[in-house]
Amino acid sequence: MPTSRWLPYLLIAPASVFLAVFFAVPLVQTIVLSFDGGPAGLWGNYQRMLGDLNFNVSLRNTFMLVLTVVPLQMMLAIGMGLMLQKMQRGREVVLWIWTIPLGVSDLAAGLVWLAILQNTGYLNTFLFHLGVIDGPTAWLNSETPMTLFIAVVVAEIWRSTAVVLVIIVAGLQLIPKEFGEAADIFGASAWQKLTRVTLPMLKPSLQSALILRTVLAFEVFAAVYAIGGRNIPVLVGEAYVWQRENQNYSVAAAYAVLIMVISLAATAVYLRLLRQKPEAQA
Amino acid sequence: MAAITIEGVSKRFGAAMALEQLDLTVADGEFVALLGPSGCGKTTLLRIIAGLETRSSGRVLIGDRDVSDLPPAQRGLAMVFQNYAVFPHLTVFENVAFGLRMQKRDEATIDRQVKRAADLLQIGPYLDRYPAKLSGGQRQRVAVARALAVEPAVLLMDEPLSNLDALLRLEMRAELKSVLKEAGTTTLYVTHDQTEAMGLADRIAVMHKGVIEQIDEPTRIYSKPSSLFVGGFVGSPPMNFLNLVASGGSLACDGFSMPLTHQGPVLLGFRGEDVALVEASRGVGFEVKVIEPMGSHLLLTGVVNGERIRVVAPPQADIARGMTIGLQLDAARVVVMDTQTGKAL
Ligand SMILES: Nc1ncnc2c1ncn2[C@@H]1O[C@H](COP(=O)(O)OP(=O)(O)OP(=O)(O)O)[C@@H](O)[C@H]1O
Ligand SMILES: [Mg+2]
Repeated sequence: MPTSRWLPYLLIAPASVFLAVFFAVPLVQTIVLSFDGGPAGLWGNYQRMLGDLNFNVSLRNTFMLVLTVVPLQMMLAIGMGLMLQKMQRGREVVLWIWTIPLGVSDLAAGLVWLAILQNTGYLNTFLFHLGVIDGPTAWLNSETPMTLFIAVVVAEIWRSTAVVLVIIVAGLQLIPKEFGEAADIFGASAWQKLTRVTLPMLKPSLQSALILRTVLAFEVFAAVYAIGGRNIPVLVGEAYVWQRENQNYSVAAAYAVLIMVISLAATAVYLRLLRQKPEAQA
Repeated sequence: MAAITIEGVSKRFGAAMALEQLDLTVADGEFVALLGPSGCGKTTLLRIIAGLETRSSGRVLIGDRDVSDLPPAQRGLAMVFQNYAVFPHLTVFENVAFGLRMQKRDEATIDRQVKRAADLLQIGPYLDRYPAKLSGGQRQRVAVARALAVEPAVLLMDEPLSNLDALLRLEMRAELKSVLKEAGTTTLYVTHDQTEAMGLADRIAVMHKGVIEQIDEPTRIYSKPSSLFVGGFVGSPPMNFLNLVASGGSLACDGFSMPLTHQGPVLLGFRGEDVALVEASRGVGFEVKVIEPMGSHLLLTGVVNGERIRVVAPPQADIARGMTIGLQLDAARVVVMDTQTGKAL
């Protein structure tokens, strides 16, 4: 029957149209825009981007943030997930509290940490009362790049570890408890159980969490901006500056395309590294 | 030296009692089969012995060591799980080798013991495969091989052959029995299959609602059940019971009598194959309702005094539906139970 043959396509049509209009079209437009270098030619915008004073430092900052934040987050979330798994009672409540940051926008999260860490913030007040410092101390300006970086890392971890946690908790719950019990019976230590049974069986969840978090981490911006302003330039921040302050949409588009390419490359690397042989799946 | 001793173990899940003051001893090197209906607490008991489940009270000893509060790894046993728990991310070889690797045995030993266990369970050809590419029965055999490979002193098995076809099960059963006897492994073996329990076990423990109703040699479990439940649960067809009243120091009915000191209503239990079929006038009147030819024998279902009874007749017996024949009971092969308590007198 013809209707039944066309029905599936008909049913996915609205979603496809939606994606095409709001995702594919702007994407193509951005790519086209980034290659529209005017007199400077096809690669003109990219040359301007590479020649930008802040480009190298923002690229480096972005990578350093991703390489610091994502591994720390993964370890934290795995630890938290395993702790939740062990809890007999109150697991829901703790999970709920731990996921509160999920509901906070990244700008708001940045502002929260700014309030804690700025010159007259909660941290300094606390340290002052302890007698560790004698007055307002700056942690977040360009003269203190180390503490500024650490502050951003802390804020990012606080803000976005919950996403990883939720994925890992869901993954852990899918592993029947008998696997861990079998490992116990046959004499595996807690560490062996983790590395030889739990983590391998958690691989699909770890892969999803890593891809999701890494892609989002390359887009890090609002929290960084709230805490450090332009003292700690990152790629998305530069795109924003080119778009808003310099009113140069084409160079901003080049930044956007670069970020997308980096994200896609990271995803490809993860898919390859964490590939699970199809027959080894549960 | 690895006997299992369970002393007064109880397990409560919320309000429900899964095990009640259970005592059980499995001697060193003995093979005990745990037989009982679904939900009677067999898996729970095994998990408590293994240390995977906390007990509400009581003690578990292995050898003469109180292991009640030790973690599973320190109890020195291996287990086959009811749902196999074969690791999906490891090949069959690595699954079977798992326990040996945890014990840090050398490669040559691992290789030898894995091959040996795999040969025994006929999974040698699949050693390089992942469990997802195996059938349920093959996976189950991987689970058994994994437990045998570590050559445990104590082995707990939760329905380890339930997923195999009848022929393979028969074969595996014989293999298991000889290997475990040879190694002197103390084994507690959960099964639903009575013939398996009969064939394998030194003793059978029949469990019912969290208690062990009877633990004895297979033939005695079969012919001398200690309760109404055991008689009705073990054997196919189950034991027959007649409601009678004992008086004057004896129990009697048509063509049968035996001395009995007990007074009052009792149940007379007998096996369908333990009666002689005679003329109606010489025994208990049995009206045949259904005749089922089973090949080696005829299974007759009928009534005696309004109670349903099943007896076995030779395959060529000249019996027709609706006939009334006589059953002659053998006083040496009957059991008498108290009607009230359901326990043997
Ligand atoms: N984790 C649990 N929480 C609550 N009740 C449980 C739990 N595990 C088992 N039970 C209950 O305890 C009783 C015994 O369960 P168990 O699994 O030991 O039965 P079993 O004899 O192994 O049955 P089967 O032959 O079907 O495997 C059952 O009534 C079951 O519902
Ligand atoms: Mg069970």
